[in-house]
Amino acid sequence: MKQLSKGSQWVLLLIALCGAFPALLKSQSPNDSGFIATLGELREASYSDKEAIVERLSKSGHPSVRAVLTGFLEDRLYFRNSDQKMFIVKTADADPLELIDPLTLKAAGSASADSMTKIGSNNGLRRVLRTTIAHYSLSSPDPAVRLDAVREMNKALDEPAIAMLRERAVVEKDAAVKKEIETGLALAALDSSDAGERLKAIATLRGSVSQDVRNRLAALLDKGSDGSYAESNESVRKAAAEAVQHIDSWRNFYSGVETLFFGLSLGSVLVLIAIGLAITFGVMGVINMAHGELMMLGAYTTYVVQTLMPGHIGLSILAAIPAAFLIAGLTGILLERTVIRFLYGRPLETLLATFGVSLILQQSVRSIFSALNRSVVTPDWMSGSLRINDALEITYNRLYIVIFTLIVFALLMLLLRRTRIGLDIRAVSQNRSMAKAMGIRTEWVDAMTFGLGSGIAGVAGVALSQLTNVGPNLGQAYIIDSFLVVVFGGVGNLWGSLIGGMSMGIVNKLLEPYAGAVLAKIFVLIGLILFIQIRPRGLFPPTGRASEDK
Amino acid sequence: MAQETRENITLWKPSSDDRGGTWFLRVLLLLAVMVPVLNLLVPTSSGAHLSVFGITIIGKYLCYGMLALAIDLIWGYCGILSLGHAAFFSLGGYAMGMYLMRQIGTRGVYGDPVLPDFMVFLNWKSLPWFWYGFNHFAFAILMMLFIPALLAFVFGWFAFRSRVTGVYFSIITQALTYALMLAFFRNDMGFGGNNGFTDFKDILGFDLHSDLTHVVLLVVTAAALGGSYMVCRAIVESRAGRVMHAIRDAESRTRFLGYPVESFKVWIFVFSAMIAAIAGALYVPQIGIINPGEFAPINSIEAVIWVAVGGRGTLYGAIAGAILVNYAKTYLTGAFPEVWLFALGALFVGVTLFLPRGIIGLIPARIRAK
Repeated sequence: MKQLSKGSQWVLLLIALCGAFPALLKSQSPNDSGFIATLGELREASYSDKEAIVERLSKSGHPSVRAVLTGFLEDRLYFRNSDQKMFIVKTADADPLELIDPLTLKAAGSASADSMTKIGSNNGLRRVLRTTIAHYSLSSPDPAVRLDAVREMNKALDEPAIAMLRERAVVEKDAAVKKEIETGLALAALDSSDAGERLKAIATLRGSVSQDVRNRLAALLDKGSDGSYAESNESVRKAAAEAVQHIDSWRNFYSGVETLFFGLSLGSVLVLIAIGLAITFGVMGVINMAHGELMMLGAYTTYVVQTLMPGHIGLSILAAIPAAFLIAGLTGILLERTVIRFLYGRPLETLLATFGVSLILQQSVRSIFSALNRSVVTPDWMSGSLRINDALEITYNRLYIVIFTLIVFALLMLLLRRTRIGLDIRAVSQNRSMAKAMGIRTEWVDAMTFGLGSGIAGVAGVALSQLTNVGPNLGQAYIIDSFLVVVFGGVGNLWGSLIGGMSMGIVNKLLEPYAGAVLAKIFVLIGLILFIQIRPRGLFPPTGRASEDK
Repeated sequence: MAQETRENITLWKPSSDDRGGTWFLRVLLLLAVMVPVLNLLVPTSSGAHLSVFGITIIGKYLCYGMLALAIDLIWGYCGILSLGHAAFFSLGGYAMGMYLMRQIGTRGVYGDPVLPDFMVFLNWKSLPWFWYGFNHFAFAILMMLFIPALLAFVFGWFAFRSRVTGVYFSIITQALTYALMLAFFRNDMGFGGNNGFTDFKDILGFDLHSDLTHVVLLVVTAAALGGSYMVCRAIVESRAGRVMHAIRDAESRTRFLGYPVESFKVWIFVFSAMIAAIAGALYVPQIGIINPGEFAPINSIEAVIWVAVGGRGTLYGAIAGAILVNYAKTYLTGAFPEVWLFALGALFVGVTLFLPRGIIGLIPARIRAK
């Protein structure tokens, strides 16, 4: 009997497995039609029925349950009047509504708001939805989803939420999620009647840097209208005060880190727009007023490359980098051969001529692409942000610009230090006639140097296309900044431009919280003017014979 | 003795004659006579009648000519290339604008007897201290000269004393005008922010919309241009002018010879800034608006280019360049807006490559020479 029972258990298990197997195979779309049918019931159900339907939906295990329920919670669940089909819409209360298929979660065209009916919800239902979604997300295999869910729950903790967190805390493996759950439980424990519990909770919360936690702890120290504290126990109050201070100092630290990072990213932009000029102006002594327009060409190249490969936005940005380098570089070589080579040694004349060229380039772009701004799409991998902790988030586009600038700078340094052409460029800039005597074709080197500087301007343009509007006036907006960076760093010194640009960016961002964006910029400009008085040749003045040439 | 000096100058710098200058002054005089005649005496129906619009355009050209003159004085004769001279022009314009704003009185949209409209709009309760006194014309004129001169003095004193020269100087002047532009764009500065000053009513009690006022303003502008030309001419032909030449051509050598190079540069820079400021002050009542856009670095560069096109180091050439380029601008932007920037760009490239002495350089030297 015992044996048999064991055998029958095996059989049962086998049967169960056989039954489950097809379901497992189909796990991508378990019972689409059933899911859609259940969903369809929402159309005519009463609020209490809807709660039951939501329950059933969440049990169905369909991959799009979370999206559908979130849509429902945010009033984005509709059905089409003509065929009663259910849809999620992208944004509620838009007209026309952009439809999303609830099964595949792909875009499904659009429809006018009149032809659609919203599935209504009430407070009770929304509470159920929130809990269900949280529950659903908490058991997601993806730790990022779980982390988001816990964060969301911590914002508004109620009984079922706390119970859910407690349940999850036992099985949670991921350290970050676990920590977040502990924070949530500690927040809940602050309401405990036991002072010891509260002290323990404060000790846990002390390690957090979240604004919510800080505010919650600070609320303990509030005095009511009758003069009594929100927290009655004095030692708990003391611990809370200390914890608030601790959190504040960390938050200050992180906001300092953030400012520094903003400064670095602004500085990177400045460096990027300036290093091309550091070559044409610094090494060759040409005041290239068309530098900004060469950047503009790079930005437009990005736009054109993107239009040519509409399906591959991310790839097009990468493809645009060499394309922009070539186009701006070739334009630069053309400019050098036709105009600038006649003006060497007369820097102020190059200013006038290249200013003329900049006007021509601007008008060409205006004639070809119209005067309107063109929009360059930002690829997905550049949007969003990297979350370090509750107090510090770093946006990807800023991060990439810093990395990109450093790469471009490193490559340029390698080129100048480690290649034959780099050697030629340095030789000609140090002593032209001696270089010529040694058999270097100085004219050719001039053209290549100018082409290199212009090409880098084009590459900077690719980066700028991700940061600002791509229009005919893009260049003008940056030309002064780029000259200032070069002069500040010391003409002819690439390291000077790097350090100069970075420090200008950081100082600007450090001043911004106190002075506002415009005033900060004005202070930086005045600071630069004063700095030039003290060190008329920049941070790293050129030395040797070349510096004495006029 | 005087004769000898004169000959020396002629030998030393052939273009330093004054035949061109004399011609310029004659044309200016003719203009100052013809404009009132054509506007006030010739009937409106006649084809020869000069409208107020035409007078405004001529007045604008003359103001630009004065700005070009100021730049040529320091660039052509002393080798100081300022890429921020429009800042002094605009400051002069703002001083005049403040006077004109105070003259509006209760005729503004909000009808406040003291506060200009934009201050009422920004909910300001009282006039900022730096607006005091600008209801008096004499005080406004004094400030119009004093503020730009002070800025030029402080800026020049610091820069020249530190021996900031050449390209470095040009670029920090750009930074200066850029910083001023950003500052004047701010509403908190108390200068009307983005919109600047406009809707002026009258100047010294004369209606700014009447023909007569415009004619008088034009004659005053012509007189100011002629007067400043003669003063500049006198300066460049004086002993100080010769020192300026020396500084332009060999600054260190001049210093070693014992000349206080810095003082010369500072004072000529201040003087040039004042001419630019007068030009700005005359510009505003004729055009009827001043806004922070006038500080835009590009304007200063354009002004330098007028000088280069006309011919630097001749004074009258700079004025001619300003008028010609701006006439071309007015004509081409109206007739062929697409072509305008191409033409202007090609002009700058062409002039620097093929006409290093500007358009004036086209006139054979024997005609220009005495």
